[in-house]
Amino acid sequence: MAITSDVLVVGGGLAGITAALSTAREGADVRLVSHKQSTLQQASGLVDALGYVPPTDTGSDPGETPTAGRTGVRDRPDPEGPLADPFGAIDRLPVDHPYRLVGADALREGLELFDETVAGYRGAHTDRNALVPTFGGTVKPTARYPAATAAGLASDDRPMLVVGFRSLTEFDARQVAERLSAAGVPFPVTGAEVAFPAAFRDDAKITRFARALDLDEPVDGTPARRALADAVAPHLDAADGGAARVGFPAFLGDDAAPAVRAELADRLGVNVFEIPTGPPSLPGLRLADRLYEALDAAGVRYETGVPVVGRELADGGGDATGGHVDTLLVDRKGTRVPYAADAVVLATGGLVGKGIDSDRDGVYEPVLGCHVPHPAERYEWYVDDAFGDQPYARFGVRADERLRPLDADGEVQFPNVRVAGATLGGADVAREKSASGVSLATGLVAGREAAAEAAR
Amino acid sequence: MTDPHDDTDDSEESPRRTDPGVPHLGRDEQPAVYGPDYRVEAGAAIDDPVARAADGDADAAGSPVGDSTTGAPVADGGVSDLDPANYDAVDVFDTGDLDLRDGSDSCYKCSTCDTSCPVAEVDDSFPGPKFQGPEQWRLKRKEDHDIDESITSCSNCMRCDSACPSSVPLSQMHNEARGEYVEERMEKLSREYVRNRILSNYRFFAAIASRTPRLANFVTGLGVTQWAGEKLLGITSEREFPDFAEETFREWWRSRGGAQVENPDKRVAYFHGCYSNYNTPEVGKAMVRVYEQFGYEVLVPPQKCSGTPMFANGMLDDARRHAETNVESLVAAIGDGADVIASCTSCSLSLRQEYPELFDLHGIEDVAEHTFEALEYLRIREDLSGALADAEFDGDADAFAYHAPCHARNQGLSRQAIETLHDVDGVTVEDVGDSCSGISGTYGWKAEKYDYSMEIGEEMFEHMADAEGEVGMTECPTCAMQMEHGTGYEIQHPLQVLEATLVE
Repeated sequence: MAITSDVLVVGGGLAGITAALSTAREGADVRLVSHKQSTLQQASGLVDALGYVPPTDTGSDPGETPTAGRTGVRDRPDPEGPLADPFGAIDRLPVDHPYRLVGADALREGLELFDETVAGYRGAHTDRNALVPTFGGTVKPTARYPAATAAGLASDDRPMLVVGFRSLTEFDARQVAERLSAAGVPFPVTGAEVAFPAAFRDDAKITRFARALDLDEPVDGTPARRALADAVAPHLDAADGGAARVGFPAFLGDDAAPAVRAELADRLGVNVFEIPTGPPSLPGLRLADRLYEALDAAGVRYETGVPVVGRELADGGGDATGGHVDTLLVDRKGTRVPYAADAVVLATGGLVGKGIDSDRDGVYEPVLGCHVPHPAERYEWYVDDAFGDQPYARFGVRADERLRPLDADGEVQFPNVRVAGATLGGADVAREKSASGVSLATGLVAGREAAAEAAR
Repeated sequence: MTDPHDDTDDSEESPRRTDPGVPHLGRDEQPAVYGPDYRVEAGAAIDDPVARAADGDADAAGSPVGDSTTGAPVADGGVSDLDPANYDAVDVFDTGDLDLRDGSDSCYKCSTCDTSCPVAEVDDSFPGPKFQGPEQWRLKRKEDHDIDESITSCSNCMRCDSACPSSVPLSQMHNEARGEYVEERMEKLSREYVRNRILSNYRFFAAIASRTPRLANFVTGLGVTQWAGEKLLGITSEREFPDFAEETFREWWRSRGGAQVENPDKRVAYFHGCYSNYNTPEVGKAMVRVYEQFGYEVLVPPQKCSGTPMFANGMLDDARRHAETNVESLVAAIGDGADVIASCTSCSLSLRQEYPELFDLHGIEDVAEHTFEALEYLRIREDLSGALADAEFDGDADAFAYHAPCHARNQGLSRQAIETLHDVDGVTVEDVGDSCSGISGTYGWKAEKYDYSMEIGEEMFEHMADAEGEVGMTECPTCAMQMEHGTGYEIQHPLQVLEATLVE
């Protein structure tokens, strides 16, 4: 017997979860499998839609020589943005961008699904992007943001203090403040390194701080929240005009985060907010928790810790066009367990998430073997400018408007498969600031499509 | 219909690089060598790593391809050192007993493992899995660097394995480091070593105690025994020793005359482990009755400890000794057409993961590939959900607070009990969350770890209290001890609910 469901979603990130929720809404029976604990904990917890339209030369066939004519560091043209309206700019993206496939309405619906699913987020009141400070000292245009970051928006002109801690080496508060100033934010901002929490080890994990604040554990005899407020209070006047809001690296509690922020705000007499950090990211962990709770509530069955390592096509199907994927093989410590489904959503991530992989011979999609167009010549995969118009950034599976994967001839490769999120090619999500939005929009459509496919 | 044992490569279907496969590197590709017979004398004979690498190449090729003192390729073979196809990375480091170089290189220091570590969240002296694994592994390549004592604070919950997005074999690295620490740095007469040896060899003591279970229960229940355990050995007196059953599982098995079903086509070998045998034979009996209900012939081969507590305490020689017996008798059972079924998720994880990672015994890979957890196997092989839907639950408790053991996670089993028992009419099973119970086998029994163990478990205790059911449920015997200790609930195994539903 195989383990069965109407729809099988492969991948436990934002795209996979969105697809599973979207499938469940259509009334189909859905199962999600994920190789590892969700990589959402590597994410900032910000939900972007489209922040920039970077200049690109993708008019040519991705199998050709895309680096020809691309520019370098010195003459790299500025991107269009930061965008106030993500929806209006979609038409200016390349034609094979996932947003162009599924349309602005899919993005809108994907965001709506997110809003209905995850409590504690802001930004749904407007179509316009918010500008949220990052731990790199930049401001990121983003469509939805955790309530914890709300008091830090760059559109707010109140004076800001950013505090850092010696043990959190990645977060340099003074540098964050200087860069924000250099970016031209409309408020005075100052950074300070404060002497807390002395009682922890030098390389204590953010989960340790969060736990101490959640439980208000005594730190050298003083409750953690009070100890932290006491440490920050002397620096409030360091900001020009006195700080009206204080930004912390995102470690202010996990389960009890709102209470931690409220108590700190109360003790300091100012607004308190978090600045999302790099991985491992507490806002990402909190988001993952909310999303998995939502899967549970929607009746989605899921399992993590096991990779999909193979697939079996319906009788008579080959690798040629027309192959109907019957069964996926899941590796459980060396044993291949068959999972059968009527439709499959592939949301395994892109080059970073290993849903797209490469070696010296080429770029490939390892789970189903979907076609990934790319230049045969390896030196055409990248340009020297690290932050430039990198061809590899857009590598991925190409799909039709129903998100079915396309083979080298542009024909549907697996008719009962839908592809979502970073596994899809055509987007340069790092430069566009569009990763979450692409996952939500394509996850929504892929899930809906897969449910329809299963009902067929 | 697919045979899950079919591991034939379907590579003829498509060219190699579009072949579905596990992402590169990680445990899947690690050779497994550990044990006294397999030690490589570090630095022996060859001092120059470059020369050693060249020698290694020469061996592999069967003929000399270079000057072994310089490593330079010779020209007459037509091999150019500039041709990337003929280039291979030089092995600069002595890689130790296990070659974990690739695994170490796969770590890009995202620290995800550290945030998934239940010990690092409460213990300010513990530097976390990233240090214990890839970082310490690299440090150790320097000859004067010893394993840090903090490795003994790792509870071996192995959550870091399923957290790592880069398939770094963290627990394998921890096991190797812990084994080396215990062997080379731990005083063999120290109280800690003696205590850990006793805790890891639970089976040895349980076997003795089970000969006179009532006396053993009386003695272990005495305050003076617990006091002495703490004072003399450092075993916490906060916990009550588990009761020994008056009839072990194996005694019951013999007295019922062994298997009641004979079926050469459907055979399973039950790896009951120590706890189901000596302490909770009702779990083993449930396994046998449920499997016989589905027409399986159950074999109960000779077996010793799976090694889980030994790995967690760095007693790798003990673990290997037990593995020799287990592998030998399980290979024989597999030869008779059986798959291996464990009711304890730590036992099944050990046979599936730690065995092939750490030991090189004949047939050990076969054992790993043929091992399943009891519920998992039925879900794959039988229409379990159909059978449950047609049956009627006839048990005492009908609402359970379920905790998924950490060791179920790496096998993809952390949600299967919830999902399966959802099909049983009249039974409610609630998941009490994804936190660690905190006991991690022997960890929570150590006096100096007891408080941490309870701090880690706090979240689970709270969620259990919030859950509707007043009976706990889990697959892991020591998680069950912790659940009972923290809440006072009786704890059952999912197999017991299956038994109460399916067996007449």
